Amino acid sequence: MTKVQLPIFEGPLDLLLHLIKKNEVSVTDIPLSMITEQYLATLELMQSLNLDVAGEFLVMAATLIHIKSRMLLPAGEDEADEEEGEDPREELVRRLMEYQRYKDAAEELQKREVLSRDVFVRPSGSAEGFTPVGFGEVSIFDLISALQAVLARLPKEELHEVTLERISVRDKMTFLLEVLRQPGRVVFQDLFRDMSSRIEIVITFLALLELVKIRAIRILQEERTGPIVIEPTGAIEDSEGLEAEKDQAGSRHGT
Amino acid sequence: MERDVLKSAVESLLFVAENPLTVQRLCEVIDGVEKKNIVSVLTDLQAEYEGAGHGIRLVEVAGGYQFRTARENADWVKKLLSGRPPRMSRATLETLAIIAYKQPITRAEIEAIRGVDVDGVVSTLIERALIRAVARKDVPGRPFLYGTTREFLETFNLKDLTQLPTLKEMEEIALAATGEEEPDEPPTEE
Repeated sequence: MTKVQLPIFEGPLDLLLHLIKKNEVSVTDIPLSMITEQYLATLELMQSLNLDVAGEFLVMAATLIHIKSRMLLPAGEDEADEEEGEDPREELVRRLMEYQRYKDAAEELQKREVLSRDVFVRPSGSAEGFTPVGFGEVSIFDLISALQAVLARLPKEELHEVTLERISVRDKMTFLLEVLRQPGRVVFQDLFRDMSSRIEIVITFLALLELVKIRAIRILQEERTGPIVIEPTGAIEDSEGLEAEKDQAGSRHGT
Repeated sequence: MERDVLKSAVESLLFVAENPLTVQRLCEVIDGVEKKNIVSVLTDLQAEYEGAGHGIRLVEVAGGYQFRTARENADWVKKLLSGRPPRMSRATLETLAIIAYKQPITRAEIEAIRGVDVDGVVSTLIERALIRAVARKDVPGRPFLYGTTREFLETFNLKDLTQLPTLKEMEEIALAATGEEEPDEPPTEE
């Protein structure tokens, strides 16, 4: 069995640039037949390796074939290079060059003195990375079990009721931050105490996860079976930033 | 205030500050001192730390000043902190570069440049606080416009966005680029 080494391509443009570089040809004068052939061969290889070939790769394959066919038309291939707008490859070349520009920009960024990789600052004493003694971080599975416990306590709904609930993740995030503004920790189960609808509980849970994601809160558990507690990290003071995050969350999960 | 006293005070404040300290902030704390005097002692301090025999540098970053370890000591510092530095995949870095140069920019516009879906990468960048939604674009669907944050400047040791190499320079590099491939890394995105 032969071992196939295939680099990870970030997308069709990335793959094309790779082929152009590999064949040592110019971006501005792509030998389209050759590159298209190799492009399709790579896609085939990716598929045979069971790699996920995203739709974008196929769109590009179609584009390449389309350009190739246009180039076969007798519209004066020779003048194409002199006359801008004549070369069917022009749009592709523009995209490739633009993408290359940002690939290079990314490389330039990578070369800089990157914080926490090349240079370091004094670790801040309080907020980040500090976990009180005896408390451990909670895994998502613990949280889901806790959520199931909360949901299990709900009375069984006998009737199927259709109501339009106007609760959004964003609202619940605001609510949670409000609750957490009071000093001390909040116990997970207590958050849901006054909630009676399944959807409200689930949305509150999602809001909780969003807040963890943006590092506004921390969820801790004293021991495996102990209560799960929530506390603010104090990391988000920039309310503008939070607004933006909340907007985002709201637009993704809003009901 | 005597110059030595001022320099000493500024040094102490820089030592305890969690984020880069702006000249403005230093002026507020040490009141009654002219801005230009503060800038002048900052320059002195920078030069002193730059000198041989120091493992700390005073760096001008993200609009302020901050003490950072010298790059040459990174390996030891990493060992002491025993943390893995957050790795950034190529996709993440490329997307970040596009946002940095084209901000404010929508997801769709980023996708047009990269030729692939960027949802996951954008979320990762938001999580790392390197970018944030800054506004909404006035087009159908009112998509979010993303821009870089102060953390972005801090992470890449930039005083401000103008310190990014201009894209014109980049264009020249692009045209000249026939260099070898970067070693490929497995995608670390979800």
